[in-house]
Amino acid sequence: MSFTVSSKQLLSKIATGDGHGENSPYFDGWKAYDNDPFHPTNNSNGVIQMGLAENQLCFDLVQDWILDNPRASICTPEGVDEFRDIAIFQDYHGLPEFREAVAKFMGKVRRDRVTFDPDRIVMSGGATGAHEMVTFCLADPGEAFLVPVPYYPGFDRDLKWRTGIQLIPVHCESANGFKVTRDALEEAYEKTESENIRVKGLLITNPSNPLGTILDRETLRSIVRFINEKSIHLVCDEIYAATVFSQPAFVSISEIIAGDDGIKCNTDLIHIVYSLSKDMGFPGFRVGIVYSYNDAVVNCARKMSSFGLVSSQTQHLIAAMLSDDVFVKRFLAESSRRLGIRHKVFTRGLAQVGISCLKSNAGLFLWMDLHRLLKEQTLEAEMALWKVIIHEVKLNVSPGSSFHCPEPGWFRVCIANMDDHTMEVALKRIRSFVLQKKEPVVVPNKKKCWQDHNLRLSFSARRFDDFLMASPHSPIPHSPLVQART
Amino acid sequence: MLSRKITSDSHGQDSSYFLGWEAYEKNSYHEVENPSGIIQMGLAENQLSFDLLESWLAENPEAIGLKRTSGESLFKDLALFQDYHGLSAFKNELVEFMSKIRGNKVKFDANKLVLTAGATSANETLMFCLADPGDAFLLPIPYYPGFDRDLKWRTGVEIVPIKCSSSNGFRITSCALEEAYLQAQDQGLKVKGVLVTNPSNPLGTTLTPDEIDLLIDFAIEKEAHIVSDEIYSGTVFDSPSFVSIAEAIKDRNLESSDVFSRVHIVYSLSKDLGVPGFRVGMIYSNDEQVVSAATKMSSFGLVSSQTQYMFSQLFADKKFTAKYMKENLKRLRKRKEIIVSGLKSAGIKCLKSNACLFVWVDMRNLLSSNSFDAEMELWKRIVYEVGLNVSPGSSCHCSEPGWFRMCFANMSEETLHVALQRLKAFAETLIKSKQQQQFGLSFSRTRSLTRWVFQLASDHDHRETDR
Repeated sequence: MSFTVSSKQLLSKIATGDGHGENSPYFDGWKAYDNDPFHPTNNSNGVIQMGLAENQLCFDLVQDWILDNPRASICTPEGVDEFRDIAIFQDYHGLPEFREAVAKFMGKVRRDRVTFDPDRIVMSGGATGAHEMVTFCLADPGEAFLVPVPYYPGFDRDLKWRTGIQLIPVHCESANGFKVTRDALEEAYEKTESENIRVKGLLITNPSNPLGTILDRETLRSIVRFINEKSIHLVCDEIYAATVFSQPAFVSISEIIAGDDGIKCNTDLIHIVYSLSKDMGFPGFRVGIVYSYNDAVVNCARKMSSFGLVSSQTQHLIAAMLSDDVFVKRFLAESSRRLGIRHKVFTRGLAQVGISCLKSNAGLFLWMDLHRLLKEQTLEAEMALWKVIIHEVKLNVSPGSSFHCPEPGWFRVCIANMDDHTMEVALKRIRSFVLQKKEPVVVPNKKKCWQDHNLRLSFSARRFDDFLMASPHSPIPHSPLVQART
Repeated sequence: MLSRKITSDSHGQDSSYFLGWEAYEKNSYHEVENPSGIIQMGLAENQLSFDLLESWLAENPEAIGLKRTSGESLFKDLALFQDYHGLSAFKNELVEFMSKIRGNKVKFDANKLVLTAGATSANETLMFCLADPGDAFLLPIPYYPGFDRDLKWRTGVEIVPIKCSSSNGFRITSCALEEAYLQAQDQGLKVKGVLVTNPSNPLGTTLTPDEIDLLIDFAIEKEAHIVSDEIYSGTVFDSPSFVSIAEAIKDRNLESSDVFSRVHIVYSLSKDLGVPGFRVGMIYSNDEQVVSAATKMSSFGLVSSQTQYMFSQLFADKKFTAKYMKENLKRLRKRKEIIVSGLKSAGIKCLKSNACLFVWVDMRNLLSSNSFDAEMELWKRIVYEVGLNVSPGSSCHCSEPGWFRMCFANMSEETLHVALQRLKAFAETLIKSKQQQQFGLSFSRTRSLTRWVFQLASDHDHRETDR
């Protein structure tokens, strides 16, 4: 820091402020992981990454496809004759075959109950770029978007940082499975407007990050009625659409507005954000999509997409891959199946030691309920527990507070970004951590001390006996500690 | 219901610049299928050296990243890699490549490099980092039309032009710089810096050492930033040699002074390597905070990991890279010579240039009047009658009518000759008809003179008699 006489601000407020959101504690776990990453042979005591929602379960299928389809790559002898045309192609409309393939894929993910128009597909730099771009199109600085809590922490950066808009939380609670209710929407809307802040839209993620649940049809209809009445936009992030592995079936917003539901909707208000990062497991390729039912938004977003086009090399590869109907069908089925197995193994493993999760059927993670392990039901206690999990149990999980969850004790645990062996190690660590605290502890009547890293379990003695009986090999879920969440 | 960004047209896309494109799209030249179609000369692409890249790829199939040399699959690692710091192998190669382009006179540090989705994104990101809405950057005119969108649209930053004129080859003068600064102040705008493209688009020239010194002095005096868009740095095919802002700073021993951290370079592979589709852009900054903020912002437009990997392999082949750079420059120089001599034989001059993928053509003598209306009129004739999509100087904010940018590296040599023949035929007709017009004018002038002379002569006779 220089002490020059001039106090002139050399850089922008955006650059020097905190709007990038990276000072959030969310990233401390990452740092711990970066300093000491788990490796099955080289560092078996390292921190296991469970904070990154990646889908690593189906790479074998993709790799086989690539080996069988050398023409899809411009770098192979078979494909290099297309190099020139692809290298030159920077049209922000995108390769037509890319848009067609993506539109078709989006339809397949929704079990062909709706079709998507390739001309409404606009590219972006990942869903990250898509969200920022849509916000630039729909809102001016100072205006607001409503978003149900808990929500993906990246939204604070993606929607607010350079755009200057505000995010207003819509309250949801565990008592009803964090459902989005009409009352909560109304309350958030009225409160914001009463502060003279204009609400421009509502952002929902369906399937939800971090909950892993899908919005049911009635909730979606209620949301559509709400936004129509208020004449505000609805942005639906459907990035996890193909990670649904069991019933109930995923219902996309595109189905609700298709008219069959009897719901009247001004479709100029409806916009979908999508990406291949979760469904296909390709975050590195930066394939983000904005699909809007509003022509003016499509036109404007397309111009803005210049700031984050998908590399034509990638468009070319994806176009070929997603046009292969046989591959797509197999991939979607197999991906669901493997996610379902992973989910089951984990939830059972956790239940065996009395840890419950929100009942979910999608996503690459679990929403784990550890509120019983908190010293007291406070944010500080959650952070203290989190630090123990990172530094002692050596798992980088994400604390609910980083998702703006209003109730302490929830943690998001990613389960699809590791192999089976690592998963076993992670489960073992959780089990021994929970079981090792043998002595029943009465919560001492002392002052709050959130820096105390020694975890004190708030179990009563009786419950703990039950707990001991639930050995790792006993069948679940009859232990009184396991509570089914809706 | 929508943001002001949608409802305004500050994206700049309704400018006439794009109307020529639309005409081209509807009626594109093809040597066999549509030989009377419009030839695209408005797109600054480098299509001259693809064969070199293609043969390298054919010989190096592992660039796809399917297999490491050990046989292990790399695909998964690349598919997952979304770290905004970028692939370090790629960045290390890039800084070496950038250094080579500058004759190894400066060294770059990979930690100061931020990857972005093309130079489009790099320029916008720098504005977000260096300026607040309502602040201004000074740009010499003429400038690349895309800057109106890239620098201003979503950032709210203003551009104030530095007037350059043909009288001195469009060079930046200290007078013009000062005038622009004062103009900004008059408009109540805080000047955060100056942005130059070096080599220049649309002029095709490199900045002189004097011009660079001017900019540095300005940046020191006004505590301002210098953004040097050096996207064409690898296309300098003739003397004088290219002097990067980095080199100039070093030569003036300013690396330990304050201004050092206010110098930022933008680069991309779109022009030098001719791969605009792959969206490989970058920011190089000496300011840690800018690097940090820009790195985070790059999340909105990262470079695809498979593209990063492919180029890290390509650039690692030093022999190939050196061969490519040399051959590319040779081909560009040859093309430029063809277009300059072709224009000359049509009686058309261009600004003497030593870089880039286009020439800055002087068609003032073909205007019906010295006005922008006349320029538009001429431009429309060139697009629709002659069938060449060139870019009118007004789209580049040129202060003088009659200048046009013509690209020469985005077509085959045969097509370029077709274009030049068409232009020559048109220019000759135009000049002839202008001469006829002038002759007609002088002819009618002669007639009235004769009458007048006759008149005078008869008066004179009268006077003679009086003596």
